[in-house]
Amino acid sequence: MKVGIVVFPGSNCDHDAWYAISANLHQRAEFIWHESASLGDVDAVILPGGFSYGDYLRCGAIAKFSPVMRAVKNFAHDGGLVLGICNGFQVLTEAGLLPGALVRNANLKFVCRSVPLQIATVDSPFTHRAAPGERIHLPIAHGEGCYIADENTLDRLEAEDRVVLRYLDNPNGSLRDIAGILSAERNVMGMMPHPERAADPLVGSTDGLAILSSFLDVPVKAQALAS
Amino acid sequence: MSAITPEVIAAHQLTAPEYEKIVSLLGREPTMTELGIFSVMWSEHCSYKSSRVHLKKLPTESKRVLQGPGENAGIIDIGDGIAIAFKIESHNHPSFIEPFQGAATGVGGILRDIFTMGARPIAVMDSIRFGKLDDEKTGPRNRRILEGVVSGIAHYGNCFGVPTVGGECVFEESYDGNPLVNVFALGVARHDEIFYGKASGIGNPVIYVGAKTGRDGIHGASMASAEFTEESKQKRPNVQVGDPFLEKLLLEACLEAMQTGAIVGIQDMGAAGLTSSTCEMGSRAGTGVEIDLQYVPQRETGMTPYEMMLSESQERMLLVAQSGREHEVFAVFKKWGLDAVQIGVVTGDGMLRVKDHGEVFAEIPNRALADEAPRYHRPYTKPLRLAPLQAPRVASKNLTADLKALLSSGDICSKQWVWQQYDYQVRTNTLAGPGSDAAIVRIKGTNISIAMALDGNGRYCALDPREGTKLIVAECCRNLSTMGALPIATTNNLNFGNPERPEIMAQIVESIEGLAEACRFFDVPVTGGNVSLYNETLGSPIFPTPVVGIVGTLETAPPIANVFGQAGLPVILLGGLGDADWKQLGGTQYAKVVLNSLWGTPPKLDMDYEKRVQATVRELVRDRAVESAHDIGDGGLAVALAESCFGPAGVGADITLDAELAPELLLFHEGPSRILLSTSSSERVFAAAGKNNVQALQIGVTLEARVAIRNRNEILIDSRVAELKDLWTNALEHLLRNLVLV
Repeated sequence: MKVGIVVFPGSNCDHDAWYAISANLHQRAEFIWHESASLGDVDAVILPGGFSYGDYLRCGAIAKFSPVMRAVKNFAHDGGLVLGICNGFQVLTEAGLLPGALVRNANLKFVCRSVPLQIATVDSPFTHRAAPGERIHLPIAHGEGCYIADENTLDRLEAEDRVVLRYLDNPNGSLRDIAGILSAERNVMGMMPHPERAADPLVGSTDGLAILSSFLDVPVKAQALAS
Repeated sequence: MSAITPEVIAAHQLTAPEYEKIVSLLGREPTMTELGIFSVMWSEHCSYKSSRVHLKKLPTESKRVLQGPGENAGIIDIGDGIAIAFKIESHNHPSFIEPFQGAATGVGGILRDIFTMGARPIAVMDSIRFGKLDDEKTGPRNRRILEGVVSGIAHYGNCFGVPTVGGECVFEESYDGNPLVNVFALGVARHDEIFYGKASGIGNPVIYVGAKTGRDGIHGASMASAEFTEESKQKRPNVQVGDPFLEKLLLEACLEAMQTGAIVGIQDMGAAGLTSSTCEMGSRAGTGVEIDLQYVPQRETGMTPYEMMLSESQERMLLVAQSGREHEVFAVFKKWGLDAVQIGVVTGDGMLRVKDHGEVFAEIPNRALADEAPRYHRPYTKPLRLAPLQAPRVASKNLTADLKALLSSGDICSKQWVWQQYDYQVRTNTLAGPGSDAAIVRIKGTNISIAMALDGNGRYCALDPREGTKLIVAECCRNLSTMGALPIATTNNLNFGNPERPEIMAQIVESIEGLAEACRFFDVPVTGGNVSLYNETLGSPIFPTPVVGIVGTLETAPPIANVFGQAGLPVILLGGLGDADWKQLGGTQYAKVVLNSLWGTPPKLDMDYEKRVQATVRELVRDRAVESAHDIGDGGLAVALAESCFGPAGVGADITLDAELAPELLLFHEGPSRILLSTSSSERVFAAAGKNNVQALQIGVTLEARVAIRNRNEILIDSRVAELKDLWTNALEHLLRNLVLV
């Protein structure tokens, strides 16, 4: 499996995603520059965290116009796996690949800490290796992670089992405690927490492997190999 | 051109003798542009003219030091061909005038100092000091400054993508009109990737990269070299505005451009912008630098040479490339969407020559600016001392209530309200983050981790600047040793009042001499730092506040816990109960919080004993012979014990002491050289302590949910852990929120 990690100007979790995939999970990963119109021969794509183009307008609002996003859209429409983490989630909503929007945290402050979450569905390529209802802890680090959408959209997400992660202790005011969602075709996922920051026992947690090992479709026993 | 009158000279904060020296160095009257250039280069901020003769006393060498003071940052060899670059810098004055941007650009400036050396920044720490939050009169302003500073640091560091892994946050009346914002940054590079700020090679192009130049920050360096007065508010345009996104691009572009091999030297445009970068790079290489300002990217029209040379617009760098290979550098900056323009050339005449459209506006020997600034042997007497020597009568009514007051006080309570606003995990290297005795950051691809801590103590230094500074160095080293790391090098930020006052100058001299003695003794040479003087508002100086940042190394491994993890383990006090008299209680947090007073002398330090205690704990932590280790510092034994109980497991302790000391001293004295351990192999602890000839007392056992301290048969403290933890955890938010609502 080869994962392409998109690098926007201002991405700053790109190396973390690369390290988790290559050093902790022993899979192939390569960077894709934002001006690239092609994704090459990758099998899956990660949109990493950070501040794409500075995010001085709305988070992700500029990134959606970059050449690489056209390629990501085509990839997604053809059924390719796309995982957006933090800023990547924001970019996916701006690009229209996922519904809703991420706005300023309810308390108006950036927040960095580990939060408890529930994996709300295992019926997805991003969670199929997790146990149904599994509780995990993942770090969050964002100023604009409050998920909002209109009632109809929220109802539909729930009816279609597309809420994939929920906060157990809502840190940012997200509607219905939503921390991560799936596209209608279930091949695109956006999440605010950072699984790549919880993929190495040395930094305190390997809970992120529940998601990354599903995404890469490698056994969770890779945990034991984590460096 | 306006005439240079005595008023104009004074407005540039130059004295009459300094002006005469300028005239004699040039052999003529300076132009206005030249006067401006001299005024910033000879400001206290850039020239260290009051402190330089004393800074020479600091130890700066060891076998690990690759670069000592004088460059953009110090560099230390940590083995495996890897080096770390680190430094601390203040942004006190800008942060008072405009807290958010002042603090943000403080972070930006120190990050550039690191990556200009070729090192990728991997950690930031901040030491911040404010007036009291609950003061009726100044509280609202102090809370506003705190909020602004914290969000400014968060804004810049989070977007740039560097973790803010630790620091300190202190509240004290003396910082009411003069907050301190000291930011530390550390980066990592291979030995062969290190770059220096040298304009070598006659004929090589001088290239400007990064943000465009505007009128912001003009005379920032001179502002930072004057006391605050009522008019200071009008200095707002002197504060620069930061753009962390641009800095992130600048970082990536600079590191990538360095890989081409086409760069000869590089330096950031910090204080005094184009001026300092040109003349310092020329001076270091013994060359001249000639630039023409018409090529400088500008975001305002009609700027004069004077304004362009003094602008402190952020996110700019100056570099010298190999002649003929400029295009390789330009290509990288183009990729990152940044300006990169040749603005001049390296010459052989040693002059800084500034032209605009061919016309010469300044022509000054580089050395005159960078190296021949005045050096003052300012007169000094005895350090300013306002506190009495004699102790008042101390008799606690309720020791448990005293402990609760300490745990909910601004200095001791949890700072999570602060550090949760910082991304402390980005780059996934943070093994121990904020709230730990010292932060630990691993270096991927090696087996080496770096430990780091910042420490200051204005109260100790107000009582005795020399002993106070030695205690700070000891404490900072102890923080590292407690995590199992060997301290190897120091950076320092000396925050003091007006050096033209002999009693303040005495504080500076004594503090530097104390720093020199302690750094020499603990073998942590000083590789650089920053001096911030004139920290006074309306004639009232801050406490003398040297802040030290010490770094160390250890093998990469899961970090030792600072909190108890399981019940039923022996609790050992390494270093013993310590000794203290009533005089030595005067500088403690107990005196501050419970008695609202300051008197006497700082705690007594035996450096030799301290060194042996630290060697012992390093050995025990490295060999995994202890389950937890926590340094005893602010608030003494009782506070350290309570903090050890605040882990996720909520494990407390049952402690029985056997001491002659009065309970207030026993619980709350801040004598150094002490570390609290829990262990399942007491014999190994006693053996290691015995070998190093230091005391180790088993004082109790860990237990579920309660914390109790007895001396002989008397119960001193008894409380539920959860109750204490709740106070400690929420105190800062309460301080901020309750008072906002009132």
